Amino acid sequence: MARLAEFQGKQLLRSAGVAVPRGEPAGSALDATRVAERLGGAVVVKAQAWTTSRKAHGLVRFADSAAAAGEAAAAILAADAGGFPIAEVLVEERVAIVAERYAGVILDDRRRCPLVLVSARGGSGIEETAREHPEAVAELAFDVVEGLQPHAARELWRRVGVHGEEQRALAEAVVRLAGVARRLEAHSAEINPLVLAADGRALALDCRITLDDAAVFRHPELGIEVARELGHPPTPLERIAWDVEKDDYRGTFYFLQMREGFARGERVVAFHGAGGGGSMMGMDALARHGFSVANFCDTSGNPPASKVYRAARILLSQPGVDGYFGTGSGVASQEQFHSARGLVKAFLEEPLAVPAVVRLGGNGEETAIEILAGFTRELGVPVECYGKDTPVDACARRLDELVASFVPPPRPARRRPPHAERPYAFKTPTGEVTLDHSVCARCDSKACVTACVPQILKLAEDGLPVLAVTPEEAARGRCIECLACEVDCRALGAGGGLVALPVPGLDEYRAARGMG
Amino acid sequence: MAILVHQATRVLVQGITGREGRARARLMREYGTQVVAGCTPGRGGETVDGTPVYDTVVEAVEASGGIDASVVFVPAPLVKDAALEAIAAGVALTVLVGDRVPVWDVMEIARAAERSGTDFLGPNTLGVLSVGKGVLGMIGGRAESARSWFRPGAVGVASRSGGMTSSTGYYLCRAGIGLTTLVHVGGDGIVGLPLPAVVRRFQADPDTRCIAIFGEIGGSQEERVAEMMANGELSKPVVAFIGGRAATPGVRFSHAGAIVEGGRGTHAGKVAALRAAGAVVVDAFDELPAAVVKVLEA
Repeated sequence: MARLAEFQGKQLLRSAGVAVPRGEPAGSALDATRVAERLGGAVVVKAQAWTTSRKAHGLVRFADSAAAAGEAAAAILAADAGGFPIAEVLVEERVAIVAERYAGVILDDRRRCPLVLVSARGGSGIEETAREHPEAVAELAFDVVEGLQPHAARELWRRVGVHGEEQRALAEAVVRLAGVARRLEAHSAEINPLVLAADGRALALDCRITLDDAAVFRHPELGIEVARELGHPPTPLERIAWDVEKDDYRGTFYFLQMREGFARGERVVAFHGAGGGGSMMGMDALARHGFSVANFCDTSGNPPASKVYRAARILLSQPGVDGYFGTGSGVASQEQFHSARGLVKAFLEEPLAVPAVVRLGGNGEETAIEILAGFTRELGVPVECYGKDTPVDACARRLDELVASFVPPPRPARRRPPHAERPYAFKTPTGEVTLDHSVCARCDSKACVTACVPQILKLAEDGLPVLAVTPEEAARGRCIECLACEVDCRALGAGGGLVALPVPGLDEYRAARGMG
Repeated sequence: MAILVHQATRVLVQGITGREGRARARLMREYGTQVVAGCTPGRGGETVDGTPVYDTVVEAVEASGGIDASVVFVPAPLVKDAALEAIAAGVALTVLVGDRVPVWDVMEIARAAERSGTDFLGPNTLGVLSVGKGVLGMIGGRAESARSWFRPGAVGVASRSGGMTSSTGYYLCRAGIGLTTLVHVGGDGIVGLPLPAVVRRFQADPDTRCIAIFGEIGGSQEERVAEMMANGELSKPVVAFIGGRAATPGVRFSHAGAIVEGGRGTHAGKVAALRAAGAVVVDAFDELPAAVVKVLEA
């Protein structure tokens, strides 16, 4: 789930009426000094990084002057959080505290509704508090439509021993927190600690909000670039992958980079899974054979060949991998030749220069194996393809053998699309098909027409392939981007078919890294 | 018998005029499922491969003489309205195939279903298939594949992974073990019919003698099955495999439900809970068929 930075969460709380300390984010020591001058008095400087125990790691520092705030910011910005740089700190006024509490809204998979959780003991982790001081923690499920009622919130605080004016103030804060969680469609929203300040206000000293990735499209105002649970700030390649996925509801493409900066010979492979369960088993199998994965990737839910192609191109833009490994559950309900064609197009264009083992078991696996293994022979590197009766472990072992005996061929140049002399072109949902009729004229097979999965091509009176539907119908989805008019044409016909499927940002990304 | 779908189940397909809806309606029918109506707002009066299309679900229910289950093939942002429409029309089982349905939408759907006493499977489900009887969703793909992969018998399959539902069924049948029904509960964190609800139905099904479960890290579904075994609600033997042993805590490998958070839903915790309750939990997926054979012979 996408996560909000602390200061972003606090802004949202403030606009919902929950008091937060005065403060501003800063990206440099100088900015931090200026913010501290504006705030006046003692401040706290906090790293804006999603990591636990910030205080213990020196990522939360106190400062009594603006100059000290600048020094604290400099120290924090020079540190890192779990290997990722810290780009921003939050500089806030220091608050005199009477009591530290906890309030959180989470989702309950048992009761299938939101749940508010409060504790009289804030500051430390709520799981720990619940274990050690169960009497200090109370929870209440609330109706997803009606929301959390103020009287229920007051009673909840009473159950953990909070009374009087503090109870009223904390109940109001927790009702507003529940409202923020609902409005943002949060997966969780926590204030820890929620404090009673010396001036009697209930104040959110920290704020952690995670969003439901599937709902981020309804909240453009949050500026979430990559709605994915990544565990780190999105990498440039993850941003490119997300752009491919975000508006394309045909199947799912999930991409997560696990390693960067590795080299050939380190047994790191590009991993292309299909389905979460089968993918996890595939990664386990690779680990058993001494491989690690450069990335996690999942194309499933019956994605078109075009989506599998784009995924493969992104995977192949990770230099240093020793192999390409694909597997799903082994018995896929989707037609596997779509994945096969997507892989063939990507492998030939790259061109693939490491061994590949792909397990494409399931519907249409015989055709899929023929296409993937048969149409990639020109590469001169091993591309092996297996079906449902070959266990994933055997496939991982096979990759191990191929990598061990592999002698890299001389690196051929990246394939560039030829110039079409007599282009016949039409738009697809996310790209464009060009049939070069000057080439088609000398083609005997007309494989484009016979292999077209939705059967939207026909031979015109002059014997050349054209659309059997209107160009508008093709662009709206009658063309399902099965890629047969390029992939099968290249293998069986004269090679006049080309499907251009842009991956925005990928060429620039590769050029910057010398990948051609 | 079998659970959730039978020969007599009368099925509506919501979104039947779309790419997936059209294709899957045909495959469901080819397997023997009674697809009697389709629904797409604004497309009433059309037919898709001979199936009449209605503007609303209530209209489809009235015109077709009753609907037992609706399978929803619409994009994720539209799933809530389609599901609430089926539930409001009193359809007993709604199957939500769509992926990336917002979780607050799912909670609203769950609330409506609870109030009307109806059920929903999913979201993000491959569906349910009763061997030789019918299929809701897309398990098996082509009818001929589904017929050759899954043979009738006495084992019920319940899985949190779509692909592994078919895999589990196929590898069991290849080992000579027949099946009653295969159910994919859906890959999300909050689903309509989680593993405990599915095994409760298998418990009540006279044809099911043993339950094979493909579980996963994250959430509490497997632990709740263990609770049911411990308190006697579930007396049929359970053989399980739990995926995601090597997964990094806090990292989500594409199933929204498969994540270890705050020490809950760990692989070790699920295996221990199930074993303590008397289930057979295999360490390698390949060992599942042999373990089921052993349980059936005992």
